[in-house]
Amino acid sequence: MLRLIENHQTLALHSFVVPCGFPSPADDHLEDNIDLVSHLVSRPSATFVMQASGDSMEGAGIFTGDYVVIDKSVETKPGHIVVAVLNGEMTLKRFEKREGQYLLTSTNPRKYKPIELNEDNPPEIWGVVVGVVRKCV
Amino acid sequence: MSEHIFALIDCNSFYCSCERVFLPALNNKPVVVLSNNDGCAIARTPEAKALGIKMGTPEFMIRKDKTMRQTHIFSSNYTLYGDMSQRVQDVVREFAPECEVYSIDELFVKLEKYKTIGVIEHARAMRDAVLKWTGIPTGVGIGPTKTLAKIANHLAKNTPDCGGVFSLMEEGARNRILDEFPIEKMWGIGKASTAKLNAMGIHTAGQLRDMPARQARQYGTVVAERTILELRGISCIPLEEIPPVRKGTAVTRSFGKPVTSLDELKQAISTHAARGAGKMRHHGVIAGRIRVFMHTNKYRNTPQFYGVECGSLRPYTNDTRQIIREAMRLTEIVFRGGIEYGKCGIILEDLLPASEKPQDLFSEDLPHSPNLMKALDSINKRHGRNTLQMVGMGMNKKWKQRSEKRSPCYTTRIDEVPIVRAI
Repeated sequence: MLRLIENHQTLALHSFVVPCGFPSPADDHLEDNIDLVSHLVSRPSATFVMQASGDSMEGAGIFTGDYVVIDKSVETKPGHIVVAVLNGEMTLKRFEKREGQYLLTSTNPRKYKPIELNEDNPPEIWGVVVGVVRKCV
Repeated sequence: MSEHIFALIDCNSFYCSCERVFLPALNNKPVVVLSNNDGCAIARTPEAKALGIKMGTPEFMIRKDKTMRQTHIFSSNYTLYGDMSQRVQDVVREFAPECEVYSIDELFVKLEKYKTIGVIEHARAMRDAVLKWTGIPTGVGIGPTKTLAKIANHLAKNTPDCGGVFSLMEEGARNRILDEFPIEKMWGIGKASTAKLNAMGIHTAGQLRDMPARQARQYGTVVAERTILELRGISCIPLEEIPPVRKGTAVTRSFGKPVTSLDELKQAISTHAARGAGKMRHHGVIAGRIRVFMHTNKYRNTPQFYGVECGSLRPYTNDTRQIIREAMRLTEIVFRGGIEYGKCGIILEDLLPASEKPQDLFSEDLPHSPNLMKALDSINKRHGRNTLQMVGMGMNKKWKQRSEKRSPCYTTRIDEVPIVRAI
């Protein structure tokens, strides 16, 4: 028995603790449970959670009260939803490039005007939003 | 001989920088963080230093002084600083796996492996990543010994346009810099040593480097001799990757206001004892002895008292109940009435890994110890410290420290995460 364990170190231990009866056919197919954190977080040291407040990003599926998962290590690219620092405050915006011009926009452009970024107004991007979490019940 | 390459990564005004990560409006503004109990400044940004705030400037002075009062003041939030420190460590390890955590805001690493790609370039990439990924600015000092890396770090922070990275690897340049570097700014050279060395005519690191080793032995200690060798580029202090096993752990706090009654002292001591027991379980160790002490505030003009008593814990334990029971017995022995106590604490000693618990024929563990403690820890972890506590720890804790300006635990509690505006 010891020998056997030595040779099959990678097998789940369950296989050996049922000495009588028929071993479960599922034993060889055991997998870990679904881990939502590892699905959302690829670099824990650079990942932060914030809570959204306001309606400007509803078009991107982010509503008041939602938790946004932010990875500061991700390089910002046009199209990303980002946490931008505007007048010292953390603000959710989409980072965009239109006709060579970089912009911070909302999904509700009639209510919230796009902000043009240039040398006088350089973007200060705190981090890139990589996920949204909402409990429904 | 293959040369060592040490780097010291030191976070700039670490506690203040942690606060700024979540309040970007405070960038370029004076910020201080106060000691436990909101007593005095223990961390300052350069802007706060420029206003004349020193280490230890009392909180009321910062609040009332005409120039100092524009400073943003925070109570210390060690939950946040601990988490941010761990993040900085994790990022550094991605760039330099050989790593010694020297303190909450300082890390030593070895960089020999990166010689081919360029040590300074690698250090710069590491510094940039720490800044971008965690938001914490750092300075990196590089040298062939830890002592020199520490000096290089000082230069990294005080040399404009070095980009936060300074190397003392090159011997010629290094020696010229050491000739100018004052000894009182060196690692491990305090006021007493500075006075002693100054009296011998030694004022710079260069002079100390050139002191004959035999002379150093005559005047100083092995430490001084080691420092001289390190200044010459000979590494004597290795990287300690595995933290040494703790021999003891202490939990002590000053009171928010003077305490005179035995009841309140017992509440405070049992709260500290519970915290100590929790710390030991976290580190997987058990204690064989406990020391309880209480004393008056030496800065107050009241009758002074210092009392201490120690007792053994048999069997060795980290069970909150057993530790509180012994702590309470000792508290009653030490306590004197009619005294205004300023501080009390417990020290747990003779620590052993829980797996090396001595067999004990004459004493018995309290019932259900491991499982009960595990349940206690997991409930408190989930719902906040002291959600579940022993009755003796008291419910209203009038003696508790002041911590009026503590920032939220942004990174560890879901109900305290930062709010981001979608407007």
